[in-house]
Amino acid sequence: MTVALAGADTFPKLLARNAERLGAQAALREKDFGIWRETSWRVYHQRVRHFSLGLVALGLSRGGKVAIVGDNRPEWVIAELAAQSAGGASVGIYQDSNLTEVGFVIDHSDARFVVAEDQEQVDKILGMIEQLPKVTHVIYSDPRGLRRYHHEKLLSFDEVERRGRELANEKPRLYEENVAQGSGGDLAMICYTSGTTGQPKGAMLSFSNLLTMALNLHQVDPRKPGDEFVSFLPLAWIGEQMMSVATALAIGFTVNFPEEPETALHDIREIGPHVLFAPPRIWEGLNSTVQVKIMDTTRIKRFLYERLMPVGHKVADLRLKHGRVPFFWRALYFVADLLLYRPLKDRLGLLRLRSGTTGGAALGPDVFRFFHAMGVRLKQIYGQTEISGISCIHPDDAIKFHTVGKPIPQTEVRISERGEILSRSPSVFIGYYKNDAATRDALSGGWLHSGDAGYLEDDGQLVVIDRLKDVLSLADGTQFSPQYIENRLKFSPFVKEAVVIGKDRPYLTGLVCIDSAVVGKWAEKQKISYTTYTDLSAKGQVYDLLQKEIDKVNETLPAAARIRKFVLLYKELDADDEELTRTRKVRRAFVEERYRAIISALYGDQERIAIDTTIKFQDGKTARIQANLSVRRLEAGGA
Amino acid sequence: MALLEIAGLSLRFGGVTALQNVSFSVEAGALSAIIGPNGAGKTSLLNCISGVYRPQQGKIVFDGRDVTPLRPAARTRLGIARTFQNIALFKGMTVLDNLLIGRHCHQKTGVLGGGLYYGLGEREEIRDRARIEEIIDFLEIQPIRKQVVHTLAYGLQKRVELARALALEPRLLLLDEPMAGMNAEEKEDMARFVLDLSEERGTTIVMIEHDMGVVMDLSHRVVVLNFGQKIADGTPEEVQGSREVQLAYLGGEAAA
Repeated sequence: MTVALAGADTFPKLLARNAERLGAQAALREKDFGIWRETSWRVYHQRVRHFSLGLVALGLSRGGKVAIVGDNRPEWVIAELAAQSAGGASVGIYQDSNLTEVGFVIDHSDARFVVAEDQEQVDKILGMIEQLPKVTHVIYSDPRGLRRYHHEKLLSFDEVERRGRELANEKPRLYEENVAQGSGGDLAMICYTSGTTGQPKGAMLSFSNLLTMALNLHQVDPRKPGDEFVSFLPLAWIGEQMMSVATALAIGFTVNFPEEPETALHDIREIGPHVLFAPPRIWEGLNSTVQVKIMDTTRIKRFLYERLMPVGHKVADLRLKHGRVPFFWRALYFVADLLLYRPLKDRLGLLRLRSGTTGGAALGPDVFRFFHAMGVRLKQIYGQTEISGISCIHPDDAIKFHTVGKPIPQTEVRISERGEILSRSPSVFIGYYKNDAATRDALSGGWLHSGDAGYLEDDGQLVVIDRLKDVLSLADGTQFSPQYIENRLKFSPFVKEAVVIGKDRPYLTGLVCIDSAVVGKWAEKQKISYTTYTDLSAKGQVYDLLQKEIDKVNETLPAAARIRKFVLLYKELDADDEELTRTRKVRRAFVEERYRAIISALYGDQERIAIDTTIKFQDGKTARIQANLSVRRLEAGGA
Repeated sequence: MALLEIAGLSLRFGGVTALQNVSFSVEAGALSAIIGPNGAGKTSLLNCISGVYRPQQGKIVFDGRDVTPLRPAARTRLGIARTFQNIALFKGMTVLDNLLIGRHCHQKTGVLGGGLYYGLGEREEIRDRARIEEIIDFLEIQPIRKQVVHTLAYGLQKRVELARALALEPRLLLLDEPMAGMNAEEKEDMARFVLDLSEERGTTIVMIEHDMGVVMDLSHRVVVLNFGQKIADGTPEEVQGSREVQLAYLGGEAAA
């Protein structure tokens, strides 16, 4: 399914086309004072026109930058399109950024205009206006609390629109002339990427970058005019830009803005979107909400849930593995759908969902299965800001939970000799704003360097391992990512923490901490008696249980990068023992040092390790632990 | 002109004197606080103003009118609203329904008209819902609009109670320990709302509060009660400097 843009090669031209084609249909919808208020394509176009001319009246020229900061509201996208209509570019700023970040982006992007949503954002800007000499105007859209602010550079959104209307009366053709001057190769936006090290870099994206991405994605994951979409992730993020702006304009679907960030999930239910794009935490949140609510519900509902959920799981597995579902299971699924899945999806607002995608991080297979079981065909996507947000997506007929799918049309992906994921497509960005050195690095050899390590499976699906700099290698040079494997281990409910070891060693081993609550409950059901964590983690049956979990993970790993041996630690890793950081990240070097004896046993022939150590409690007391750990060998890789 | 005037108020329960000859006045637009040790008669005073208790002596004049003989409902219609120390919401109903009840005194439709709905009933419903949405927006409780009250955290219930009082569109708002039992963040939010109410909307507020930091920061005027008697009345600074207040709070023999 392809969409012809009929010569409309910029966002403003598409907006004009949609205003003509779709006219009174809803383009934007915002919940305000408890009611969904619509903006039609025609009014959307009109407001962009006036705001754009208002900016021109205030001195915005071609090539000028407009910085925008605030929650997702119609004014955000209106300001963006207004800047682009006047031949300028938008610069989105994350609304929860601190002062230094906001200041850096505004100054570095040379923005003269800042559109700030409310008092909170205006305070940030005016608080450091002295350090932002290039800024000439600060425009706010929500006047609450700002009535007593008097600053020469501060004015309201309405005021800019009013000036635009005046200019439109004087020069009725000016807006159309401005729009006509734009072309696909023009700079549309600068997206600042949150650098984990150093200052953020501003990726410059053109209209054609963004539109080719939108159309290529559309070919493999189609949307329709009139579809509903809920925009609740930061608009400064490329992922939200690609949906709420690029795709919405190209396809002509309706973008809904929630009332407040906190009401997003509730608003999703009211809208019942056809298209939903969310990071893993949202999907995980929906999943756990269901599980918690099921525990509190009536006995009959719980009975239905417990009996019918396995049907969905079975059908999902059959469909994903073989592509076909036998008639018996289809009939059973029909009943389960009627009794359970449809009401459940209705509760979550997913009843009409046709395209559900997750991106930004890895999503656990159990969560994936949960949604597939109830008929929500959730897909993983992968990409960088520098390639307009997306390069890969799960194909409809081959959704594999550990991959990020296949490249979208017009996109090539290959793996460099260093194991880095490289990609090439018409959507690769122009370069970093005022940072040629970084641009050269990112685009060397004509390929976009992602900085991610990964590999391609035989069927062409891409697996992302980790950031390249976090990848380690075994003594024989085989590369592996401890974090990738640890994350997959932690997808198991029985695993609380895992540390994978193997740097410069012959094979991989794991230190695993069981989740005492879950394993404890499991043990109770199996009638296994135990006293303490140390006792529980030393049980043979618990070892068997965890071995199965690790085997499952091993199956998804290349043969050389599988875990060969593991022990269950006699205590949980703890921040108080300095084994974890306060944000619960494993302090690898410290753990390897502290458990040196165990690790050397893992690489020796020992079957058991005698432990005699002291542990520290939260109140500073210490206790002595004596235990006998066993080493479990796995049939990994056959070697 | 004083919006509320209290003159020589005395309240007795059998042999116990809860209030003895208390007089003070509240200017329109002011934010006044009533403080005092436990059992000083603060809530009794508020109950007299809202009409729950009938004082044996004294007069309560609201906006130039003697309201002493009026029942609570009649005082509500004049524009006196209150919140309670122990939350008094309809626990099984949603936030929205609780707030709509707050609009009841502004509705003219009877059982019949309301039942038929179309016409006046519909217009009033729409008007009242719009007003309530403004309050929801003001107090930032959009996320809990449709939740049942008893499922909410204590601090949020307090906020809902304030919202219901605001739904009355009061000219005088009585707050009985609006911040009791809240954590620091909830207190900060509540203080901001009380201040906004006073400054942006110009609502006259009388508040009982134990948190001295809040009282001294927010209020224009402080009335101190001890054993049913007014022992001080003035700006926060004046009251803090008063020796009697210090004695009442810190103990010691109240020797003159």
